[in-house]
Amino acid sequence: MRATEATADARRFMEICNACRYCEGYCAVFPAMELRREFSDADLSYLANLCHNCRGCFYACQYAPPHEFGINLPKAFAQIRAESYEEYAWPRPLAGLFKRNGLVVSLVAALAIAVALILTMLWQSPDVVYGRHTGSGAFYAVIPYGVMVTIASITFVYALVALAMGFVNFWRDTARPDHRVGAAALWQALSDIFTLRNLGGGGHGCNDRDETFSQSRRWLHHAMFYGFLACFASTSVATVYHHWLGWVAPYAFLSLPVVLGTLGGLGLMVGTTGLFWMKLTADQEPAARELLGADAALLVLLDLAAFTGLLLLVLRASGAMGVLLALHLGVILALFLVLPYGKFVHGVYRAAALLLYAIERRTSAAAHAG
Amino acid sequence: MVDFSHTYDVLVVGGGNAALCAAITARQAGASVLLLEHAPKAFRGGNSRHTRNFRAMHEAPTAVLTESYLEDEYWDDLKRVTGGNTDEQLARMTIRESARVIPWMEACGVRFQPSLTGTLNLSRTNAFFLGGGKALVNAYFQTAERLGIDILYDTEVRELNLQDGFVSSVAVTSHGFPETVRAKAVVAASGGFQANIEWLKQYWGEAAENFLIRGTPYAKGRVLRNLLDQDVMPIGDPTQCHCVAIDARAPKFDGGIVTRLDSVPFSIMVNRDAQRFYDEGEDVWPKRYAIWGRLTAQQPGQIAYSIVDSKCLKLFMPSVFPAIKADTIGGLARQLGLDPAKLEQTVTAYNAAVRPGTFNDKVLDDCRTEGLTPPKSHWAQRIDAPPYYAYPLRPGITFTYLGVKVNERARVMMKDGRPSGNLFASGEIMAGSILGKGYLAGFGMTIGTVFGRIAGAEAANYARN
Repeated sequence: MRATEATADARRFMEICNACRYCEGYCAVFPAMELRREFSDADLSYLANLCHNCRGCFYACQYAPPHEFGINLPKAFAQIRAESYEEYAWPRPLAGLFKRNGLVVSLVAALAIAVALILTMLWQSPDVVYGRHTGSGAFYAVIPYGVMVTIASITFVYALVALAMGFVNFWRDTARPDHRVGAAALWQALSDIFTLRNLGGGGHGCNDRDETFSQSRRWLHHAMFYGFLACFASTSVATVYHHWLGWVAPYAFLSLPVVLGTLGGLGLMVGTTGLFWMKLTADQEPAARELLGADAALLVLLDLAAFTGLLLLVLRASGAMGVLLALHLGVILALFLVLPYGKFVHGVYRAAALLLYAIERRTSAAAHAG
Repeated sequence: MVDFSHTYDVLVVGGGNAALCAAITARQAGASVLLLEHAPKAFRGGNSRHTRNFRAMHEAPTAVLTESYLEDEYWDDLKRVTGGNTDEQLARMTIRESARVIPWMEACGVRFQPSLTGTLNLSRTNAFFLGGGKALVNAYFQTAERLGIDILYDTEVRELNLQDGFVSSVAVTSHGFPETVRAKAVVAASGGFQANIEWLKQYWGEAAENFLIRGTPYAKGRVLRNLLDQDVMPIGDPTQCHCVAIDARAPKFDGGIVTRLDSVPFSIMVNRDAQRFYDEGEDVWPKRYAIWGRLTAQQPGQIAYSIVDSKCLKLFMPSVFPAIKADTIGGLARQLGLDPAKLEQTVTAYNAAVRPGTFNDKVLDDCRTEGLTPPKSHWAQRIDAPPYYAYPLRPGITFTYLGVKVNERARVMMKDGRPSGNLFASGEIMAGSILGKGYLAGFGMTIGTVFGRIAGAEAANYARN
């Protein structure tokens, strides 16, 4: 991790926090801090990515602005996270996409949607695009199966590779050679990821919007996260149906892919809408305002993916299906194209940081016991 | 908007823990309550903002406290630190009540950290607020707002109009404008006078200019002064304050916990003339940290320097400010603005006096000096492993002991020995009634909470009848 204004701020903050330690009950960041006396830029990147931005420490801080120490950890950590996404991006020349990321994601989305719509219109005759299609293979009458699968596979595999390389870059920067992944640490990390334990404020909730406590952000994120997983599961089940069972889409309303997709889509819409609204209405002092664009862009894109998918489901038997299918697939294409170059990467680095934290805790506990 | 023509049932002066406990308790008893906080909202909460825990009696382990801590042990601890300068009846009442009050605190939104077993022995006697004192203050203010307590920030109480032990009206300055507030009962919970340098100078002279105030700059003692000038019974030694040596680079006010420095027993302490002045290794640090503020205050310029070498640097919790570092003692002296020759002389004399021993920072070891004045009785090791490090220290005032005397119903006592009709007190302003000397970690918050609740209940009760 490179040195920046944000890492200089955060280092000063961490040195003050480490002499105070009142916040150690809130989340993983403070126990991780207490294992250190000095903070390298890589340490700060690790701590910043471990931070879930719950803001508990900001409102509890006796040194928060306007105190002359001016401690504002949520803001400094948000800035470092954004810088770390650039730092670990793969391949390097694309790191620049994280600058003005809200604009980049919006442009890619607009372009992908436009290309999907234009190519569909050019490729197929208006009769096909605007016609009613029902029964097995209805979607593929508009966009051929081979085209769909080819584009999806390429973008998906690319995204996976790029995200994995990001993970490796983060790990190389922040972990020590003696940090070995064990089963117990892995289990702990997975549990932290799937329950968002660190968005619990030590069990009493977070300062989602102001100094009052709530669990809204945690539940909205769960709705979005599990909604996303359900949509992904829906597509996976459909792939199995198609390839191994020979059942061709569209599937019945009460079939597994449609039920999963519907629930997932609803979860995504509730989660992303709620989180977006929370971003707009929350106290801005502990927030890094300049990052709102990137956050909003991914939220809107996910929301659009869910909305167009659900709309397609409702209107799939009508003449609007062709256009809606192209629109939905355009949004999905955009989503996977920007997956490694937008806010989505926070999941990868947060997971990596939680894993490193789980390992570190075990290492230090073992050292104390020995 | 607060209507100044309205007569409130209860007026609470102050915005810290004791004030909030009084205001909430009075409101829960049905009284209409106005709370006046001198500080702006960002700095509300007095010294409670800097606290971390609450000393609580308990008979069995709880979710937030380990083992047990019974009344007699608590009382013994208090008797020891105060040297008997306490009031047994009030103290025991406070101790007993501390065992009952945690559920009420939790109902008001105060959150505690789960008990830390093992490492910190304080987790047996003290319940730690999750996030510290500011989080507690935030929770109480939220509860106060929800219950409909009127709160004014930036509002300083100038004087209480006290006649025959009865407060008839209160003169305040609210956002810069003079106003008069009327209430049937008044709770004074406005703290001590430690942030009033002019007042400190009465006892310490010009030296007080060099004192750092660890907590809120709003503890000016204006209400305390006003009451003592109106036949209220004083308690506590006016010349005394809880005073520790903290990093001299700390801000003048509100530096809080991070300015503390635990290097003294592993260092030599020299004054501005590069001379040692007291036995740094007299006893373990928890028993000696509180005397170094006074020792430093007695040195020229009220400054001292703690000097260690590289082998001792990791033995103590550093302050938030980086150590001053040099490869030679002379170089260190130049950075500190001390006479290099004199400091070298002091270190040489000290090194020569160090006797061989087995160093152990966990016990009173046998590393000491011989033939040196003042001696260093424990943990004396030669300062000979460069680089050398130094921290400057100044007296840091935590609180003052002078206050108003109260009875067990938190009623302020008048000089004629009768309790006031409608004036109550809680927190630091009356803590001298129980804690006349010394300090017991987390006991200030206990006094504030217990007496805040009593004062609130009694004030509401008085207003109702």
